[in-house]
Amino acid sequence: MNLKGLGTIAIKLLTGDSGKFFTLIMGVGFAVFLMLQMTSVFFGVIAKSGSTIYDTGADMWVMDKSVDNSKDNIPLPDYVLDYARSLPGVLYAAPIYVGAGTVKLPNGRYQAVDIVGLDDVSLMGRPIMIKGNINDIYSSYAFIAIKDADLKKLGNVHIGSTFEINDHKGVIVGFGKNPMSGLFGNPTLYTTYTRATEDLPTTRFTISYVLLKIKSPKYIPEIKKAIDKLGYRALTSKEFTKVNAHFYTFKTGFGMNVLIMTLVSFIVGLSIAGQTFYTFVLENLEKFGALKAIGATRKELVFIIVIQAVLVGFVGYGVGVLLSSSMIALGHLKIPNYAAMLGYGNMLAALVMVVFITAFASFLGVRKVLKVEAFEVFRG
Amino acid sequence: MDNKKISIRVQNLTKCFGSGEAKTCAVKNVSLDIYYGEMLYIVGPSGSGKTTFLSLISGVLRPDNGKVIVKDTDIWSLDTDSLARFRLNNIGFVFQDYHLFPRLSVLENVAIPLILKGEDWNKAINLAKEKLQMAQLPESKYELPAYKLSGGEQQRVAIARALATNPTILALDEPTAALDGDTGKKVMQLIKERMLTPERTILVITHDSRIFEDATRIVHMEDGVIKEASLNEIH
Repeated sequence: MNLKGLGTIAIKLLTGDSGKFFTLIMGVGFAVFLMLQMTSVFFGVIAKSGSTIYDTGADMWVMDKSVDNSKDNIPLPDYVLDYARSLPGVLYAAPIYVGAGTVKLPNGRYQAVDIVGLDDVSLMGRPIMIKGNINDIYSSYAFIAIKDADLKKLGNVHIGSTFEINDHKGVIVGFGKNPMSGLFGNPTLYTTYTRATEDLPTTRFTISYVLLKIKSPKYIPEIKKAIDKLGYRALTSKEFTKVNAHFYTFKTGFGMNVLIMTLVSFIVGLSIAGQTFYTFVLENLEKFGALKAIGATRKELVFIIVIQAVLVGFVGYGVGVLLSSSMIALGHLKIPNYAAMLGYGNMLAALVMVVFITAFASFLGVRKVLKVEAFEVFRG
Repeated sequence: MDNKKISIRVQNLTKCFGSGEAKTCAVKNVSLDIYYGEMLYIVGPSGSGKTTFLSLISGVLRPDNGKVIVKDTDIWSLDTDSLARFRLNNIGFVFQDYHLFPRLSVLENVAIPLILKGEDWNKAINLAKEKLQMAQLPESKYELPAYKLSGGEQQRVAIARALATNPTILALDEPTAALDGDTGKKVMQLIKERMLTPERTILVITHDSRIFEDATRIVHMEDGVIKEASLNEIH
């Protein structure tokens, strides 16, 4: 088979009519765009829901066995912290408070905030400082605010700005940043564990999680076993992220709805692209019949169609990725809390989809072309 | 014709469509010998079975019964792909609607059979030029997309494409149907003068009586059978 020559013919037949080619490319491109948008939003939402885990950066998290997401923690007694510190694979362990409060602003308005109380000794899980000094967190009434899209909800805050939280005074002593902002759109304030548990209403036990820094990953099974023996659960950050993602995907309508929309976008995309390519083949059926009559073998016809489908698929994929990344970049520019996240994962998923669409469209085309009788060409 | 070599031998060829009461036989037990150096016209009214007959003998429609022996090969004993290759190497087609690829250039259209035959692109294009010269298409048209040509010019491209692989059989289906009288005549004269050789057979389906004079033999089909075979004495 003359692969080069047939490939050239296939491409020329495909691209010769620029209008039809553009329609085909846009069909696949739109399908990819839809898929990428939906998966990006899904992954973005899931990633943001686990921002606490991601931002804290601990190797392992100790929690109650009932905890299924990072927001809804069940306070742990102090002995869990002491026990964790006694384990041989643990380099050090620190408590963390993860909760929420309501801030009363100087203008009298109230604003919900996320509060993170860091271990007074190690400040484990601290944010990256962009203004001020982390040690100022030990000052009276000190809070460090995270500079993200939600900060403006606290008004025009600066170092020295004051507010009230649960009738306690609070002062902004610095600004930090986190790799990922939260899902629910609340400003985040960091303080010490002691101040957090003093200033905010708490339950009998106050430790939200025990964060572990481990000596080596080889101790993970041993630590998990020991914590389990105590009646609690230790998860690596990766495992906790998965548990959290599972919660938002399957235990809230939120993730499931986005997931369903993603599947719908896949089906819509598949239909658009499959239908467009199939129509292209149908429109050229007579020409394929002529090729058959002239003497093209089945393999040659299949090769021509597959080359055309692959070209449409990959150019369409490129267009879809370009459209989607532009849209997401624009979204992030205009809507700071925009949750969409375009990563290798969803790009790969879209590529798999394109391969599937291409195979599906080729299958439909090949089936039709192999069935067409060369005799039909004679009949006109 | 006894001293001439047989190019195509048709034996008891039958082809029916449909089934039960709707069954219609387009070709009924037809036998015919066709020779090299012949320009054979198959004529007859619409629905007489001539297009079906041409399709059967040129290997694009499988008969229900009978044999077609082309150059000593029983073509219907070949599998689908071998038959496709046989057509590519031995039979050139000029379809009624030409069936050119409208967006491909004239040269690319003519080069297609050569590409299928395995020629590299440049060589195929060069050979295509030769065939187009033979079909007397002005060189200024070679790079144009086929859809920009007139009917007569498209017909010449279709003829050049049919000749691309130097087939021994040329099958033309209503070659003048889309052409005006003068152009049709010129095209047929070109075919006869430049393409009909002692090593080639040209089969023409037509009901255009203006071009009958170019035939070396005419067979009349009616209701799927050959009613009359006549030598054209004009030439």
